[in-house]
Amino acid sequence: MKKFKTLLKTELKLSFRGMDMFIFAICMPVVITVILGFVFGAKPAFDGADYTFFQQSFGAVSTIAICAGGVMGLPLVISDYRKKKILKHFKVTPTSPVLILGVQLVIYAIYAVISLVLVFLTSLLFGFRLSGSWFAFMGGWLLVMICMFSIGLMVGGIAKDIKQAGIIASILYFPMLIFSGATLPYEVMPYAMQQIADIMPLTQGIKILKATSLGLPVGNMVIPITIMIVLSIICIVVSLKFFKWE
Amino acid sequence: MENAMEISHISKKYGSHTAVENFSAVVKKGECFGLLGANGAGKSTTIECILGTKQADTGTATILGMNPHKNRKALFERVSVQFQESCYQDKITVKELCEETAVLYEDVIEYAVLLKRFGLTDKQKKLVSELSGGEKQRLFVLLALIPKPEVIFMDEFTTGLDARARLDIWKQLLDLKKSGVSIFLTSHFMDEVEALCDKICILKKGKIIFEGTTIEAIAKSECNTFEDAYLWFTDEEADEHEEI
Repeated sequence: MKKFKTLLKTELKLSFRGMDMFIFAICMPVVITVILGFVFGAKPAFDGADYTFFQQSFGAVSTIAICAGGVMGLPLVISDYRKKKILKHFKVTPTSPVLILGVQLVIYAIYAVISLVLVFLTSLLFGFRLSGSWFAFMGGWLLVMICMFSIGLMVGGIAKDIKQAGIIASILYFPMLIFSGATLPYEVMPYAMQQIADIMPLTQGIKILKATSLGLPVGNMVIPITIMIVLSIICIVVSLKFFKWE
Repeated sequence: MENAMEISHISKKYGSHTAVENFSAVVKKGECFGLLGANGAGKSTTIECILGTKQADTGTATILGMNPHKNRKALFERVSVQFQESCYQDKITVKELCEETAVLYEDVIEYAVLLKRFGLTDKQKKLVSELSGGEKQRLFVLLALIPKPEVIFMDEFTTGLDARARLDIWKQLLDLKKSGVSIFLTSHFMDEVEALCDKICILKKGKIIFEGTTIEAIAKSECNTFEDAYLWFTDEEADEHEEI
């Protein structure tokens, strides 16, 4: 436990010094919340809806940090540490390199939690309230995190080098950030675009979060939940089997 | 004298390419062993097979009486390793790197004591990447000493150092030997090998072409200096090919 704490403290400091996660996981979600608050304010989600458009967007915005950490942060840090032989060096110490990976996962989870809290507090300023159950919402939010992090672990673990990890991460991150509904609301997209967006795992995750945060029936969510679980299992199995330590 | 390391008949192939063939060596307690050879001669593969980070096709290695595959955890409490390019995170400070290293082991020397001994106390808050070449090398030797090792592996550790800095490091390593620590190193600097190594082994295309002391190497080659002797050993076969 002492090993974990010391590594977490140092790696967290290093991550903050890097600034990118501070911008993409902490600042960006708050800014998007403020923009959505000003643009949509108290407008209902659609004519006759008993919740507002802004309320509906909360679940989506809460995933921005998960997406940044999972599919951008994790692959880059893993391939970077492999290139610098930090992972390999752990293999010739009494401590397993799995520990440093665990520390990184926790760091990105911390960013996601901080972001969630800040987005929630900012949303309160625009009259937000979570009409669904917090318990169900957090369950969905954790599932999205597990899924995104397992994608990141897989990409970082099997990418040949930093360059390849960076390319794959960008291909996953930017489309998901823009077209899954995390930033640009899914509901304002034309139907054809929504069809394409549905392919992305984050879109499915956001559907779960919207339903749970608005207290809509979870029955419709069987398919998205199944997709997320199956995808997580696939990525974790691939990571375990093919992870390159050096 | 007790044996710190016994390596017998290690071989490793990558596909049809033989990286190491039938490598055996014994390193005693307090002894410094130098593994020499041109780039690509199989030095790094040999070290990795000994350490167990690569699986040898045949042969066994025991360090401090332990098998690196079976007793990894216990073994690496007492053995420290510096790889060819030393590995550290961007934007990490000297103090943080010391802390991260120390926490991996059960029994350690206070790194503050080592920083003082290596004259790096006032560099603690500096980024490792901002240190000079000599300071960096001193830091990496220092990191290798944190777990109170009985055996140290160093892969080409004084590459790119000025004369003064190398002498400082040699002195530290000679002191270590006196205290009973065994050192296994690879190097391209023959003066360094002469100054430090009690025993050497020259590899060529994965095969041992000489083993013994530097003095024996000079005698066998009929050259005057060890550097010439080394070149004589490693070039011999190339000359034969040219004649054919």
